[in-house]
Amino acid sequence: MDFDLSEEQRLLKESVDGLLNDSYDFEARKKYRTEKGGWSKTVWGKLAEQGLLGLPFSEEDGGFGAGAVETAIVMEAMGKALVLEPYLATVVIAGGFLRHGGSAEQKAAHIPGIIDGSKTFAFAQLEKNSRYDLSDVATTAKKKGAGWVIDGEKFVVINGENADTLIVTARTSGARRDRNGIGAFLVPANAKGVGRKGYPTQDGLHAADITLTGVEVGAEAAIGDPENALELIERVVDDARTAMCAEAVGAMDESLKSTVEYLKTRKQFGVAIGTFQTLQHRAADMFVAVEQARSMSMFATMAADFDNAKERATAVAAAKVQIGKSLKFVGQQSIQLHGGIGMTQEAKIGHYFKRLTMIENTFGDTDYHLRRVTDAGGLI
Amino acid sequence: MDLAFSKEEIAFREEVRTFFKDNVPPDTRRKLQEGRHLSKDEMVTWWRILNKKGWGVSHWPKEYGGTGWTSVQHYIFNEELQMHPAPAPLAFGVSMVGPVIYTFGNEAQKKQYLPRIANVDDWWCQGFSEPGSGSDLASLKTKAERRGDKYIINGQKTWTTLAQHADMIFCLCRTDNNAKKQMGISFIVFDMKSKGITVRPIETIDGGHEVNEVFFDDVEVPVENLIGEENKGWDYAKFLLGNERTGIARVGVSKERLRRIKDLAAKVESNGKPVLEDQGFREKLAACEIELKALELTQLRVVADEGKHGKGKPNPASSVLKIKGSEIQQTTTELLMEVIGPFAAPYDEHGDDGSNEAMDWTAQIAPSYFNNRKVSIYGGSNEIQRNIITKAVLGL
Repeated sequence: MDFDLSEEQRLLKESVDGLLNDSYDFEARKKYRTEKGGWSKTVWGKLAEQGLLGLPFSEEDGGFGAGAVETAIVMEAMGKALVLEPYLATVVIAGGFLRHGGSAEQKAAHIPGIIDGSKTFAFAQLEKNSRYDLSDVATTAKKKGAGWVIDGEKFVVINGENADTLIVTARTSGARRDRNGIGAFLVPANAKGVGRKGYPTQDGLHAADITLTGVEVGAEAAIGDPENALELIERVVDDARTAMCAEAVGAMDESLKSTVEYLKTRKQFGVAIGTFQTLQHRAADMFVAVEQARSMSMFATMAADFDNAKERATAVAAAKVQIGKSLKFVGQQSIQLHGGIGMTQEAKIGHYFKRLTMIENTFGDTDYHLRRVTDAGGLI
Repeated sequence: MDLAFSKEEIAFREEVRTFFKDNVPPDTRRKLQEGRHLSKDEMVTWWRILNKKGWGVSHWPKEYGGTGWTSVQHYIFNEELQMHPAPAPLAFGVSMVGPVIYTFGNEAQKKQYLPRIANVDDWWCQGFSEPGSGSDLASLKTKAERRGDKYIINGQKTWTTLAQHADMIFCLCRTDNNAKKQMGISFIVFDMKSKGITVRPIETIDGGHEVNEVFFDDVEVPVENLIGEENKGWDYAKFLLGNERTGIARVGVSKERLRRIKDLAAKVESNGKPVLEDQGFREKLAACEIELKALELTQLRVVADEGKHGKGKPNPASSVLKIKGSEIQQTTTELLMEVIGPFAAPYDEHGDDGSNEAMDWTAQIAPSYFNNRKVSIYGGSNEIQRNIITKAVLGL
């Protein structure tokens, strides 16, 4: 029973916090948003230099063999700074597919480019009608010779506009909502038949809607079993949910800090508004919400080591419920306590609110995960 | 970071669990499960069994009969006790006055009181709240006037839990009227059989008798019954209230009640099927379990922190425990009410000691719901807890 970071983990945290303190204040972030693709290649290069893009990969693949705790440390820091760069899409998700399901050849082909910062990825999963159901896949991958031909449409693919490689979920057999017959394919973003329509998202990231029309890939494109990759997909998405929980804790922490700071400095009726008990108690409730979220984020992070896959999935779902409830309360109340200033694009706080809001609706919202915990028979 | 308990801790849990299974009187256990009140005899019998085992005052220093357990062991012990369930040691003696006496009392007081607290030879009650001094405790008015080698005590205490059983009381009394309100208070202990003490029951909304008013009319108390220094009582009171940071979450109590909710919901039908199969109800239950899991983790963070860094600086997360712990306890009693539905109505006017065979335990569900509204009021109301977070954590 231990909730402290190891010495190495503490050093990692210091170095990530240090890097983002130096290069990622709110003004810098505004500038990065205007760069081509909506994020900074310079910052991405720095993340690579510090080894952060190689953290979760094994040493034989050129990485550092770090675990879920290290990923959570990085994601929490990125949540605090509202980082725009595609760490989740590239290192956590694409990295997760390669680590958990990739062949030796696939690892050799793709991991070095992630680690040195030269390549980024995007996860093309969401479809028009799939909502949060990972097994609802209408995009098809049909056998052609040794390879595959992929047809379909994917939506709100984060970093889809910039990515060098897409990981596309597609159905190789069965009906639209069958659990069997789903594959995950590495598709070069510039492959013939890939159409990308990019746009910014509400929280300042960039995404794309993607059409796949007769896109031909080789046999080596399939990660894991092309007939039965759903478990791999679920595993990777659980990793992504866990990482987003940590990101949300970082963003909530910063929202609370900024709100308390505002309560101390903003004066009305001749006094700091933080002297009013109704506002104090709201801030206290925000603190409670953040701490409960932090506890469940730690729970999900540590659940990555659970042997039992079902228990692991339930733990992640439970964490996503708690984080969803907490982030809604903390996000909304941060705006309320900032008053009119909280409504402006100019103030930082609204941008935290927007990122937190989008986190809730990514890979399953609170209701969706509550149903998952319910169907698993609860937690106690 | 590591969520797992060590091999030794798992073995310890097994040892504790087995001891409870073999030694808690079955009737005592059943009454607790059913949300009934216990008689004085039933409680004292169990506490003496616990004390004989050497676990009566487990968290005290070893020299006074404590166990020397780690903070994780204390956590496991409390959780198993709450889940069995078995009556928790009498807080007023074991968790409150005991630590004040061994920390601030003199040798004679330690010798006189501590062993009797451990064996519940004396039943202690707490004389803190007064009719005009609830959350603003330091405004208390009960007076102790020094006259020769005696204090003469006059005033009134209220919400005195189980004073009807008590042999001894520890009392905050004003000994200096001119000092700032926190500075003129002393911590005095005395015999409840002293002349001039009247105990009057307060019936609570559940129909139970847990709390009392206690009146002091020229009660004579020897000066050697002062604990520590005169006018330093407020410091001792703060020490006492800050002592039990983690037990207050009552995670084990809520876990046990959730099990009971599921048992009952599997038996009670709605729309031709058990309530437990109703999707809406199941989601509420799952939501409560998630909140409880988060609280359990928050508590473990505090426990692990205390184990590593000592109790000196409280972990900021500890202020979450009282607020969330009480809210979740209340939610579980609400869920029980929801399961029993219209059959919550029958009231057992013979009291809840189980003597009325015509009424089964479900008659205790509504009283237990009513009674549990207290948990967000006592021990520093949840609003006071928010004041603490505001000042101590957020610096507002």
